[in-house]
Amino acid sequence: MSWFKRVKEGITTSTQDKKETPEGLWVKCNNCKTVFTAEEMASNAHVCNRCSYHERIGSEEYFQIIFDDAKYTELNKDLEAGDPLKFEDTKKYTDRLKSTQKATQLKDAIRTAKGKIDGMDLVVAAMDFSFIGGSMGSVMGEKIARAIDEAIKMKAPFMIISKSGGARMMEAGFSLMQMAKVSGKLGQLAEAKLPYISFLTDPTTGGVTASFAMLGDINIAEPNALIAFAGPRVVKETIGRDLPEGFQTSEFVLEHGFLDYIVDRTQLKETLALSLKLFNN
Amino acid sequence: MSTYLDFEEPIKELEEQIENTKEIGASTEIDMSDKINELQDVLSKKTKEIFSNLTPWQRVQLSRHPDRPYTLAYIDAITEGTFQELHGDRSVKDDKAMVGGFGLLDGQTVMFIGQQKGINTKMRQYRNFGMPNPEGYRKALRLMKLAEKFNKPIVTFIDTPGAFPGLEAEERGQGEAIARNIYEMMRLKVPVICIIIGEGASGGALGIGVGDKVVMLENTWYSVISPESCSSILWRSWEHKEKAAAALKLTSEDMYKNKLVDDVIKEPVNGAHRDHELIFSTVKKHIKKYIKELEKEDPNKRIDQRIEKFNKMGVWK
Ligand SMILES: [Zn+2]
Repeated sequence: MSWFKRVKEGITTSTQDKKETPEGLWVKCNNCKTVFTAEEMASNAHVCNRCSYHERIGSEEYFQIIFDDAKYTELNKDLEAGDPLKFEDTKKYTDRLKSTQKATQLKDAIRTAKGKIDGMDLVVAAMDFSFIGGSMGSVMGEKIARAIDEAIKMKAPFMIISKSGGARMMEAGFSLMQMAKVSGKLGQLAEAKLPYISFLTDPTTGGVTASFAMLGDINIAEPNALIAFAGPRVVKETIGRDLPEGFQTSEFVLEHGFLDYIVDRTQLKETLALSLKLFNN
Repeated sequence: MSTYLDFEEPIKELEEQIENTKEIGASTEIDMSDKINELQDVLSKKTKEIFSNLTPWQRVQLSRHPDRPYTLAYIDAITEGTFQELHGDRSVKDDKAMVGGFGLLDGQTVMFIGQQKGINTKMRQYRNFGMPNPEGYRKALRLMKLAEKFNKPIVTFIDTPGAFPGLEAEERGQGEAIARNIYEMMRLKVPVICIIIGEGASGGALGIGVGDKVVMLENTWYSVISPESCSSILWRSWEHKEKAAAALKLTSEDMYKNKLVDDVIKEPVNGAHRDHELIFSTVKKHIKKYIKELEKEDPNKRIDQRIEKFNKMGVWK
């Protein structure tokens, strides 16, 4: 995944030193196998030019796509997970955290930031699937809660970009309660009459779907993303037969009435800006 | 016929010995009362010993004990025949895994809602094993809004192995239904009391589990996943359910210690399944106490406190 590293220079973010052009790096579309330069891929929002396949990207890429001039200020970036349950499965949770932090250069599965989109203020929380499957633990709940406080303070709209397998088992009961915690904060945002946009990307499942991802003033999604409460494997086991074609894709969820629209990532910024304008105007 | 779990076997044996001794006494007209008293002493010591050293997995087993009372049994006992069940979500259908309606609690109207498990093979099917579909959650929300409109407190009984992971459930937005309930429950203007009476599995439990008082009966579990599923995901085998049960810290004791629930209701010494009347009256007493306490608060303040309570949950550095 090294080719997901940022491509453009001249961006004033705190992680600027990490940025460099991976020159001469070639990447292959996961779907049609066409080969592109990493630069081509990045300039097309990591969407395949040939087949429109949306590569899975992380918080950094989304921030770059959404915020004007890719400029943003990260919020509470040093927040890290504790280990309240002293959890251990085949590995200690603390060891798992350390090795994942090292491998991903991330603190946890979500980053929050404020910036501008088409000149309008916006606070964004974006998940990183590469960090234990984008799982929702205390850090995710707390970072979202504080980001909502910031949005209320700024009188700015708020957006969550979901990309998560759901709860983080190693935080068990604490993880579950983040669903309630964030929902409570969203109620405060609603009371302040500030728009909340829920953006569902591949994959959005489990406890994230069963809480804030489905609670947007508008719910929008990337094409062909897996959006589910129970994952396809579990549903298949339950019903004992194969699942219908396209089951639990964004298009399926839109058709069943739980999404407002699907947006191609190459159109994300302008589409989002228009939605915000329509709220703000 | 009562069911006994493996670790309850010594209790079963002693109970049988007492019965046999009584029968011998009756048929031979020999006074066996000393022997019976002695055995009853042993039984009560043994019961205490077993129930004060339960492992997390044994608590999980107790929470699923087939002789444990389910939601409607609690409601019927507490409302003394005044419960009027209300049906349907006004959109798709009536979900049999979720029940609800008004009833009188010593003269006061209360909205009771809960997941319902079946009491025999046929009813277990009918109740979908206590696993609601989206309609169940939407019915629950409709009833909660009804209670709010007429300023009646709400009591929910939680007892579910999870929200149903079926095809239609996904089509009709299981995730959205649960999400909506969590969101709306956080903002209800009336007192909300949630009691875990058996299994509290994940989002399916939380979908009726946001309240001013969230309390667990002693021998129940509440967590983000069942020990079996946790075992299969993290250990890649179903064999480690005991370990998973311990790791998840899902017992009432641990959940209270971690401030994830507000209270624990003590069960009869040999478990709620052995003395229904006692657990009914205990739960009733607690509900009355909670309502009295919560009704003193201003509704807006109560909502703020509810939000703040959940906002405090989490550990980070
Ligand atoms: Zn392609």
